[in-house]
Amino acid sequence: MDQPYEIVIGLEVHVQLRTTTKLFCRCATQFGAPPNTNVCPVCLGMPGALPVINEHAVQLALQTGLALGSTIPPMTKWDRKQYFYPDLPKGYQISQFDLPICDGGHLTIADPADESQTRTIRLIRAHLEEDAGKSMHDEANGRADSRIDLNRCGTPLLEIVSQPDMRSAAEAKAFLTELKLLLTYLDVSDCEMQEGSLRVDANVNLKIEKAGDTIATPIVEIKNMNSFRAVERAIAHEAQRQYHEWEETGLTIKDRTKRTFGWDDAAERTVPQREKEEAADYRYLPDPDLLPICLSVETVEATRVALAEFPAVARQRLQSDYEIKAYDADVIVNQGRGVVEYFEAVAKGSGDARRASSWIQQDVLRTMKEQGKGIADFAVSADTLAELLGQVSAGKLDNARARDVFQHLLEKRGSVAEAIKALGIESVDAGEIESLCQELLDANPQVVEDVRGGKMQAIGSLIGQAKKKNPNVNPKQFREICLQLIQSAG
Amino acid sequence: MTIPLDSAAKLLGLLASGELTARQATQASLDRIAATDPEVGAFTFVNTEAALAAADSIDQRRRDGQPLGALAGVPIAVKDVLCTTDMPTTCSSRMLEKHMSPYDATVVARLRAADAVIVGKTNMDEFAMGASTETSAFGKTTNPWNPSLTPGGSSGGAAACVAAGDVPLSLGSDTGGSIRQPAAFCGITGLKPTYGRVSRYGLIAFASSLDQVGPMAFDAVDCATLLNAIAGVDASDSTSLPVETPDFTAGLDRIEGELRIGIVKHHLEAEGLDPEVRQAVDDAIEVFRDAGAKIVEVELPHSDYWVPTYYVIAPSEASSNLSRYDGAHYGHRSPVAASEAGDRGPLVATYCRSRGEAFGAEVKRRIMIGMYALSAGYGDKYYVKALQVRRLIRQDFDSAFQNVDLLLGPVTPTPPFAMGEKIDDPLQMYLCDLFTVGANLAGIPALSMPGGLTSNNLPIGIQLQAPPLQEAKLLQAAAAFQRATDWHTKRPL
Amino acid sequence: MAISLDQVRKLALMARLELSDDELGTITPQLEDIVAFVDKLMELDTDGIEPMVHAVETVNRWVPDQLGDSLSREQALANAPNHDEECFLVPPVMG
Repeated sequence: MDQPYEIVIGLEVHVQLRTTTKLFCRCATQFGAPPNTNVCPVCLGMPGALPVINEHAVQLALQTGLALGSTIPPMTKWDRKQYFYPDLPKGYQISQFDLPICDGGHLTIADPADESQTRTIRLIRAHLEEDAGKSMHDEANGRADSRIDLNRCGTPLLEIVSQPDMRSAAEAKAFLTELKLLLTYLDVSDCEMQEGSLRVDANVNLKIEKAGDTIATPIVEIKNMNSFRAVERAIAHEAQRQYHEWEETGLTIKDRTKRTFGWDDAAERTVPQREKEEAADYRYLPDPDLLPICLSVETVEATRVALAEFPAVARQRLQSDYEIKAYDADVIVNQGRGVVEYFEAVAKGSGDARRASSWIQQDVLRTMKEQGKGIADFAVSADTLAELLGQVSAGKLDNARARDVFQHLLEKRGSVAEAIKALGIESVDAGEIESLCQELLDANPQVVEDVRGGKMQAIGSLIGQAKKKNPNVNPKQFREICLQLIQSAG
Repeated sequence: MTIPLDSAAKLLGLLASGELTARQATQASLDRIAATDPEVGAFTFVNTEAALAAADSIDQRRRDGQPLGALAGVPIAVKDVLCTTDMPTTCSSRMLEKHMSPYDATVVARLRAADAVIVGKTNMDEFAMGASTETSAFGKTTNPWNPSLTPGGSSGGAAACVAAGDVPLSLGSDTGGSIRQPAAFCGITGLKPTYGRVSRYGLIAFASSLDQVGPMAFDAVDCATLLNAIAGVDASDSTSLPVETPDFTAGLDRIEGELRIGIVKHHLEAEGLDPEVRQAVDDAIEVFRDAGAKIVEVELPHSDYWVPTYYVIAPSEASSNLSRYDGAHYGHRSPVAASEAGDRGPLVATYCRSRGEAFGAEVKRRIMIGMYALSAGYGDKYYVKALQVRRLIRQDFDSAFQNVDLLLGPVTPTPPFAMGEKIDDPLQMYLCDLFTVGANLAGIPALSMPGGLTSNNLPIGIQLQAPPLQEAKLLQAAAAFQRATDWHTKRPL
Repeated sequence: MAISLDQVRKLALMARLELSDDELGTITPQLEDIVAFVDKLMELDTDGIEPMVHAVETVNRWVPDQLGDSLSREQALANAPNHDEECFLVPPVMG
């Protein structure tokens, strides 16, 4: 082992569910609205207002739980988590304390240390809760008032809590990547970290082997990580920091309660956050304004049956339905549902799944990356690409010409036929090719000799010349006709 | 013509026949308020202009032959715990002194839809915490029967304005007896419906699992008319019951079948039960017996635990419900200079000062009880324990109602008490709720009706309690009692 | 049960209630009395009894995910002790 300790990581992931309206009122959840315009008496916590559950949020939580292999308890309820903060207008957050909607579960990820292996990360629970609003602090002016925007207040969140099962920063990142893929696949969340629809806190400590003993360092919760990369770096940094701290102080988990650190992206380090003088006491209280939710076995099973396919299943299915390799299925599925659907349409339309797989991985994904676009905005539709690849498979176009067509479609759009026409690609009739072959064979007796001597690849040297004379010549066809001519002349 | 401001039924008859206009009724009510309220202090706000405008609109629509609501033209007062868009909603607290709600409570919207004329908001104990209306930040309400006495509480203004003859109908709220006890003290009829029968949307929460809005009027018939207008499921209140609302005014002229009335001997023999109150209860039992009811002794074995259970659950919920009053988004804010903020920082210091300044002593006390009961280490000991005992209390009622249709007993241990008598002794004040909190804990409907006068000419209330959703039965029995007696026709002035 | 002044001070801070020394002096013994009074609950054996949170037994009260009316920003800010054109203003939450 190259490091003298093992990192222990548990993640708490807040996912904003894709609903039209908030968890307990019918204000829009839309991101980026002008401040305090998506608010009403309920989400402002006005006197007398009461919450009413958004059924769709419960459905999305249920779907997520089922996809994560959670148990769905027969009854789940709502609790008030009480603390004072100006972005929390009621003085409490409606959450779920002791009976969350999803119990347990797991997520299987590729082992970053060995791609051929998988690791199963267990989950503790997932529960529904309402988001808080936004406080904006005037850092420059220090003492100025804080501004409060309550648009986000009441937006439905699913908090997914893992067991401390991850052992490296790379594993944490792999977990988050796979989780995001799953959630976007199910369409339960946008998972846009930049927009705050996916937020991650990491609980980190170390297990240090020393003289036959295992010593655990105090747990630190890291907040303020705004990308998966930041999560990875923050954990790596925090592990180092804890090791040095332990070397200096010798403090263990028994000596210190959990502390909160923030990740400073610019400084690339974790920094302790100001501790509140009073210990957090949330005084949880069952919310008397909301009745429990009881999901019947029938409802749960019907949801399970209707559940959209999720990534692990899709990977298997692409391999068996389209006979592509595990690696290829992985690459396609990891791009998300849009790319999978695109692939399937191209594979079916062209009748050549392997060609579709290879084109999508090489040409489509590379272009998407270059253009910074998603598959939904991609210039060449699946049907168009299918038609193009179909022509390649049928031998009507060679790969190089097909790439020219593809490039043209990317720039000018339109149909395959239009692109072929615009590029001046014409199919050359057999007689024309035959005379071209004859002409070149006559001019290159050495090639004929070589072929007769068994060096079939010698024809290759003629293809370039043939293309120069007529760019529409299909090399495969040219090669076949040349061989026929040599044989018949022999 | 004397305008019968003490009866909605009579007013509705005169309004329907055209003998009276809504404007005349409303003006009479406003005049009466102007005459009585300087002494009674039942109102926190009188909406003269808006009330007259509403009345005129009703008169116009009546002239035009347009359909009108069931309370068309009847003046009504609304306890200041209910949100209204056209009047301040203060909960009689300095915290909400200038608060204008951006929406109407569902019951207020229903009153408007029924074309009732809302003349004003009534005084109450601050945030409905109290049994005397002495904790209001805006002055005390006096008992119309005797200004040195309290009207009870927390719906003291709601009861007093009816007793003073200002309005025939008024809406109160009842968390532990806050409709029934002031109804008893002021000699009127008040009903706390089944929990969930009436929407709580726009009712400023005290203890959410106990609070319920209900009608107050001189007699059961008017209470039934008002309950008709406000009852029914509301999509904005998840705890409102998705059940049919019967016509509560139907069948009030008779009692269907044999009536079995339960008596809890333990309550009649309770220490501290005033002998005159006891006598009134005994008399009421005889009235029902004479009317053919069967009187059955029943037990409510956990009734000694009602008040302790209540004083854990209600303050716990209240401490949570009142967290929203921190002066950040609405309500009172008391700025704290940065130099004064100290370790707490400017925000926390402002929260503490604002709440410390704007809440009265009783509200602070209940918040502190709730904080204690819910804080780390005590949550299970007190709060969960109280919720468990609550179930036992409900089970007691369920068992009792196996054998009887209604329970009959006292509303309060004593007749109206004097101003200042209990205000410095919270436990004594809490014991006023001895007989009333059971119905809130169990969620069952309960009614208070006039059942006698003391030798000092003070009203005494009789309580009837029924199984869940049996308001019709309660009202039928009360109406029968009021046909046989004339206590509800006694007036203070 | 004895409740210390210090305990009451901590509760008051947790409740965000500034209490004067006089108020602390009054409320502390009252709190003790009330706690002693509700301690009567401890006489009862409630093992295995399900806590009764609600007086209604209905479950699954929810509504479809359909937009409803929001308030205008003007209405939202109307009761605010302090606000600018867009936001509620509160004393600095940092610092």
